[in-house]
Amino acid sequence: MADTLARTTLYEEHVALGARMVPFAGFEMPVQYRGILEEHTAVRSNVGIFDVSHMAEFRVFGFGAFDFLQRTLTNDLSSIAELGHAQYTLMLNEQGGILDDLIIYHSGDLEYLIIANASNRFSDFQWLASLAPDDVELVDESDRTALIAVQGPGALAVVAELTAAGWDVPARFELAEATLDGAVACLIAHTGYTGEDGVEILCSARDAPIVWRLLLSFPHVTPAGLGARDTLRLEMGYHLYGSDMDSTIDPISARLGWVVKADKGPFVGSSAIAELRRTGPAHTLSYLRVEGAIPRPGYAVLHEGVEVGKVASGSFSPTLECGIATAYLPTALAGIGTEVEIVVRKKTAPAFVVKAPFVTSTSLSAS
Amino acid sequence: MSHPSDRVYSKEHEWVRLDGGVATVGISHFAQDQLGEVVYIDLPASGDSVAAGETFGEIESVKSVSELYAPLTGEIVEVNGALSDSPETVNSDPHGEGWMLKIRANDTSELDGLMSAEEYDAFVTES
Repeated sequence: MADTLARTTLYEEHVALGARMVPFAGFEMPVQYRGILEEHTAVRSNVGIFDVSHMAEFRVFGFGAFDFLQRTLTNDLSSIAELGHAQYTLMLNEQGGILDDLIIYHSGDLEYLIIANASNRFSDFQWLASLAPDDVELVDESDRTALIAVQGPGALAVVAELTAAGWDVPARFELAEATLDGAVACLIAHTGYTGEDGVEILCSARDAPIVWRLLLSFPHVTPAGLGARDTLRLEMGYHLYGSDMDSTIDPISARLGWVVKADKGPFVGSSAIAELRRTGPAHTLSYLRVEGAIPRPGYAVLHEGVEVGKVASGSFSPTLECGIATAYLPTALAGIGTEVEIVVRKKTAPAFVVKAPFVTSTSLSAS
Repeated sequence: MSHPSDRVYSKEHEWVRLDGGVATVGISHFAQDQLGEVVYIDLPASGDSVAAGETFGEIESVKSVSELYAPLTGEIVEVNGALSDSPETVNSDPHGEGWMLKIRANDTSELDGLMSAEEYDAFVTES
């Protein structure tokens, strides 16, 4: 197995920084460098950088690109009609199950850039290719594209230092071309998945080590691994594909109805979603705060002694210093304040349903 | 940090230091390094009995849960209560302030099968 794992072009950088490398979505990726808590705190209070080059990038272009994507994805693409704008969206199967969650950028005239989960790269591309008409071209650019997330309250200032005078960071959920340090061509997107302000830098995979070192030349920038990325996103209640959703789970149950636009016309999965909206979901993704124990994926959730669900995502929250989790609960129990118990090995720990996000004061919520 | 030679070590990465008939137990520097930042420890109560080779508690880092195994049989006479508020002490001082239990040993010869610091260093280098 180990010899089949892929590496990003930053692999040597991670090893040199003392990272602990783990298999993730077919790649050898850094789970942590000095420690998850330290890296988590660096992102919440300063700046952290993440190698997320394992993620997939697809470019979709041609005269039919808009119509094709409008029929294939759930969000309304007409709201990113302006060049450089981006949105969060989903790709569903006909039954309304979530095939992937994506960020789509209107990257050029008749052209869109999709960032997808690494674990879904090949199935996503195959799905898109099977539905694409003749006047649309699809290119899988994942191997030659690097992605580095720069996240934290100080992130924009770091990026501003590295770009030319007069270059402005694009508005939130927008994308712009830039040249870093006068030499490296890249795309800078004002997006992220940590709950902090920040950007994601797309560049040629070949140039990634240069960008990585430029960012680390600032003493207050900390390399952060997948461990911190997971605790940061969970504190915000952001979904993780494979844990909080998969092809058997629909967006209404997953509380992602806000990215499924019924009024834009038919799209793959739209009739299944319309039916679900009529009947209401049997189960709903719920956010749990847990006292005195750390919930882990798969732990049973009890209500009045009866198992009503299992932990989907669960971890220690470094910010709140308690356990936090998501779980699909019967919709009647998904209301805020419902008291449940989580089976933690031989004991149970009290938990209650709260509103997402778990952590409310971040540089993003303040901006 | 090395592993001090005033104590013995188990294959499950606990250390034991005998003082009269009372054994102090904790986890090794190697173990805490592998675990990463400790955020939660579940320990038994004073007065409970433990048996060699059986679990007596759990230790959790952000990412993982590990069981703690008793290296000897006896009665717990003291538990390091400070760890419930400051579990990170296990990372910063695993062989000192990060101790977990003091056990009145039934039979100190149980420790004969454990490793010296030198043997343990070799053991963790191999694994």
